[in-house]
Amino acid sequence: MDFQLTREQEMVRKVIREFAEKEVKPIAAEIDKTGRFPRENVEKMAKCHMMGIPIPAEYGGAGGDDIAYVIAVEELSKVCATTGIILSAHTSLACWPILKYGTEEQKRKYLIPLAKGEKLGAFALTEPNAGTDAAAQQTTAVLKGDSYILDGSKIFITNGGEADVYIVFAMTDRSKGHKGISAFIVEKDAPGFSIGKIEDKMGIRGSSTAELIFRDCVVPKENLLGEEGQGFKIAMSTLDGGRIGVAAQALGIAEGALEETIKYLKERQQFGRPLAKFQGLQWMVADMHMEIEAAKLLVYRAAYNKMKGLPYNKEAAMAKLFASKTAMNVTTQCVQLHGGYGFTKDYPVERMMRDAKITEIYEGTSQVQQMVIASNILK
Amino acid sequence: MNIIVCIKQVPDTNEVKIDPVKGTLIREGVPSIINPDDKNALEEALRIKDMYKDVKVTVISMGPPQAEVALVEAVAMGADEAYLLTDRVFAGSDTYATSTALAAGIRYIGDYDLIFCGRQAIDGDTAQVGPQLAERLGIPQITYVEELKIEGRKVIAKRALEDGYFIIESNMPVLLTAIKELNQPRYPSIKGIYEGFKGDRIKILSAKDVNVDEKTVGLNASPTNVLRSFTPPTKSKQLEFLEGSPKEQARDLIVRLKEENII
Repeated sequence: MDFQLTREQEMVRKVIREFAEKEVKPIAAEIDKTGRFPRENVEKMAKCHMMGIPIPAEYGGAGGDDIAYVIAVEELSKVCATTGIILSAHTSLACWPILKYGTEEQKRKYLIPLAKGEKLGAFALTEPNAGTDAAAQQTTAVLKGDSYILDGSKIFITNGGEADVYIVFAMTDRSKGHKGISAFIVEKDAPGFSIGKIEDKMGIRGSSTAELIFRDCVVPKENLLGEEGQGFKIAMSTLDGGRIGVAAQALGIAEGALEETIKYLKERQQFGRPLAKFQGLQWMVADMHMEIEAAKLLVYRAAYNKMKGLPYNKEAAMAKLFASKTAMNVTTQCVQLHGGYGFTKDYPVERMMRDAKITEIYEGTSQVQQMVIASNILK
Repeated sequence: MNIIVCIKQVPDTNEVKIDPVKGTLIREGVPSIINPDDKNALEEALRIKDMYKDVKVTVISMGPPQAEVALVEAVAMGADEAYLLTDRVFAGSDTYATSTALAAGIRYIGDYDLIFCGRQAIDGDTAQVGPQLAERLGIPQITYVEELKIEGRKVIAKRALEDGYFIIESNMPVLLTAIKELNQPRYPSIKGIYEGFKGDRIKILSAKDVNVDEKTVGLNASPTNVLRSFTPPTKSKQLEFLEGSPKEQARDLIVRLKEENII
């Protein structure tokens, strides 16, 4: 057993930490306040080959590994959870399914520009009536000649409206239930495809969360990802990886909040000494640090399993469930430790607390993760 | 055009703590980085490579085997080739012996048009290796470069001084030392990190490989003597609020300033 990161992973952490501190942190509060999508972050990340870390170099990626990718999402999320999820949704939910299920032609046409960061990706599964019950898809796809015609709508799509390439799920044969769902690669300027409502959110406010509308949307037949009827399997296996990304985001949020709080506890004086000298507060810090370390082990373990080709469905669910719970708990306590200042926008912990909440909801709620874990162990 | 960049791996002094009793640096557990000025030197070489065709950037460093990591980072930033001069006989070299070893390494690498160094390393602050190297190679040098233009086989450099600057022209080959005002170093690419660590990307050179006389390098060939190292006393800032009416406070302030012989 070896808990040591490789030299590559160590250097990735060092580089991305510096990048996050210098490039991302300075605009984190502003994009939270305005809800502006940080396009410049995407462009800068692309320059450093950060948009396809675990994708092989022959397909435009960095040729790195899953742990290095998780470290990248973690380090970015320490200072800006929005930037963390932009990278995670792009890499895990758009690049990965094309790498795993795409034809050689699809990889050349779509994966290479995505992994190079020339294009941004998104994943569109959720519908107004198909959230946790993802199989209840109402969007339909009908083959007509050389094209599929998509009709329906998607909601809460991360990177929606900003992305160039979307992995979209739709029913090709309703009679088959979830086995009648298929996956498609849809370009942003496909005829009949438009962007609807952009959500005004509690957290990750710089991340674009959009409604997608398909009206007689024409998608070339060759853009079917995998086979007809394989869509549900593609969606679920993609989300297994996505959960590791969200777990890394949650881990980063918790670490970032605790770092800020440790700084504050050492500076802030009450009763003639720094807050860090009060034992009651020390105990809170000790518990938070321990929870973060436990979350980190679960997150890295899930990424390790994925990297090694071992099963990771349960591991990803546990990592996400525990890391998101940790993020919520740690950020809430960090606001508490900042007292009145923590409740203001002068300190970043209130933003981190708002950002943490979504990690318990998207890419499968905490309750879904519990279902996944239970189904694995009660087999 | 062939450009050689000399870099040094140094402890990140932002993270270094000083042993309060011995007055020495506590290097344990301190992360190593490429010396900041050397990163500016490398960035300038890479910028030239971006602008002109057929530019090859070669990086060289002298140091222990673990300095390979600094060269990997240089490759990840975009350097084409990297050499690590590492040998027990180099241990304990001061600037004089280091420039001897580096000059031998550079002669081994071969043709060059430009050599870039950083102004000085943050762990020694001598600013001597660059100028010594130029002397040993018998080429002109321009130190403290804050702006650089290339015109054919000529460089035009703005050399920073404390209260002004020189504009200096030189033919190639020439050695330049970079200061942080010269540019903003790029980030290493993640792809480059994985490529840099692959197999034989970093070439290792011993004293024998570069044909250096062992008597001219290492501790015994280093004329520098360190007599004493010490931490400058930190000036403790004390803040005191004066109390009373504005008039009383003003009087109190005058008294205090007189006591301190300030007025």
